[in-house]
Amino acid sequence: MSIRFDKLGVVIALLIAYGALVAPFATLRANRIVPGEAKMILDALPAGAGIALLVLIVFAAVIVLLKTPTLIRLATAAAALVALALFVGMAATHLTPPENTYARVSPASGFWILLFAFALLAADSITRLRPQPAIRVLLLLITLGGAAAILMSGLWDGLSILKEYAGRADVFWLEAGKHVTLALGSLFASVAVGLPLGILCHRVVPLRAAVLNTLNLIQTIPSIALFGILIAPLGWIAVHVPGAAAIGIRGIGAAPAFVALFLYSLLPVVANTVVGLGGVPREANEAARGIGMTDRQRLFGIELPLAMPVILTGIRIVLVQNIGLATIAALIGGGGFGVFVFQGIGQTAMDLVLLGAVPTVVLAFTAAIVLDALIEMNAPQRNRGRTA
Amino acid sequence: MKAWIPPILRLVLLVVLIAFLVSPDWFGPLLKPLVQDTAPAIYNQGSLLTLTLLHLRIVAIATAGAVAVAVTLAILVTRPFGAEFLPLSRSLVNIGQTFPPVAVLALAVPALGFGEKPTLVALFLYGLLPIFENTLTGLTTLPPSVMEAARGSGMTDRQRLFKVELPLAMPVILAGIRLSVVISLATATIGSTVAAKTLGEVIIAGLQSNNIAFVLQGGLIVGALAVLIYDGLSAIERVFARRAGLLS
Repeated sequence: MSIRFDKLGVVIALLIAYGALVAPFATLRANRIVPGEAKMILDALPAGAGIALLVLIVFAAVIVLLKTPTLIRLATAAAALVALALFVGMAATHLTPPENTYARVSPASGFWILLFAFALLAADSITRLRPQPAIRVLLLLITLGGAAAILMSGLWDGLSILKEYAGRADVFWLEAGKHVTLALGSLFASVAVGLPLGILCHRVVPLRAAVLNTLNLIQTIPSIALFGILIAPLGWIAVHVPGAAAIGIRGIGAAPAFVALFLYSLLPVVANTVVGLGGVPREANEAARGIGMTDRQRLFGIELPLAMPVILTGIRIVLVQNIGLATIAALIGGGGFGVFVFQGIGQTAMDLVLLGAVPTVVLAFTAAIVLDALIEMNAPQRNRGRTA
Repeated sequence: MKAWIPPILRLVLLVVLIAFLVSPDWFGPLLKPLVQDTAPAIYNQGSLLTLTLLHLRIVAIATAGAVAVAVTLAILVTRPFGAEFLPLSRSLVNIGQTFPPVAVLALAVPALGFGEKPTLVALFLYGLLPIFENTLTGLTTLPPSVMEAARGSGMTDRQRLFKVELPLAMPVILAGIRLSVVISLATATIGSTVAAKTLGEVIIAGLQSNNIAFVLQGGLIVGALAVLIYDGLSAIERVFARRAGLLS
């Protein structure tokens, strides 16, 4: 019997070998800003646990290296990811000296490389299995639920990022609320304005180029500048328009951030509405006219439903982009996860940066998977299961 | 709009931009109304021209790296021996695009420290995606008849790649590069939050001292650069498209 290697498996196995045997697993620092002492897997974990993890990793690497059924590869990736999550928490508890509240233990490069390698394996297996959209959302829910369960259990409490969280739990949820409000609020506003504007641009051709060019120009202004530029007009409105200040419009803070995100969001919404409506087959419109539908009935009954996948793609772009850009709002006092990122950069406390960056990435990732699934469910039958 | 108006507008924009960079003080009176009496209207903590050149340099280096890596990878996964990697690379591109640029930048700092390096890495990683995606699209949507003809005329794999596939895919690849450059130009400003020398410095100085004139000039220079570079690359793209016979 000949042994067959999996090409991608070779790459992943090399990554695993490097992450497990060469790079350190965890870092122990005397306090939150000094450089730390790197620990390999065997030093970072209690004796038995370290050996158990290494055995598990070697076993997983062999499965990865050989041509094995996709479901087994997925199960291996899942098991390895769960093990990494559990053992890194254990390393934190093991390495922190007793009664020492200043010491910080954080995952080191080896942990991140192993995490990346097994995530790659999971992504590859899921891509090969081509699951239905509902299954992908289910997988996402299971992953998020698992992470939430570990967080609740307190297993990760020894890790530096959670020590940063413990000190500012109230602020964290406040900023999380602001972040989501900014990203979703500006999305709703841009859909409320952009959808009608897109329909108008579709019907009134001379308007199309002018509107799209203007929106394109807005996109070229860097985000931090647009946020800053809007401080002036909004500050003026707050002072001179009666009642404006009362509803929260101020020069600095969330108002300019909201308007900036809204302006950036308009282009994808309007452009995709125009493209989507333009792609409606002529025959569909002819048939609708033939059976005596009014313009209004045709728009809501035929054109918008047929254009929906393209419009949803625009909304996906906007949502993912807004979740990322909302971090910049912190620079003008608008709040959001960016507060921790920029505070962390200012204090050179990288765990604080992670406290802001990780939730942002998780949010953006979740939004992308959910909306991708929605788009696919809305797409005509023939396209299903095409994209990964 | 008449055909000669857009080029004239661009030329005017270019001239104004160069004038502003070479002698920003001429424009002082224009920006003066935006600031309080004692505050400077023109950025005075360094030369705008130098910052602009550094900004362009960082974008150019990151883009050059991204082009080299992304195009090579896309070629590899579309060859028979790399086909196994194609579906995964597609998913990775999708996943990668969900990482916000600020997060990429912030996460690069622990590994690389402050300054230009994390910015370069963030711009490089973020620039990979559009180029890779477009190169893949370009190489996988070639007309089958042309590929058959190339095979039939006895071209080797290598000749087909360099004489048929890449030239035909070039306009789409260039569109990806253009997208990547425009994103990088704007994202590089964020690099200044981790102490990279870019035009973001001007904007951040403005935000910190509540000086709208600084924010405006930093933002407008980057905006003007983006528009001009976007147009320039579009023009190059049309040349290649014509050569590839896609436009008459």
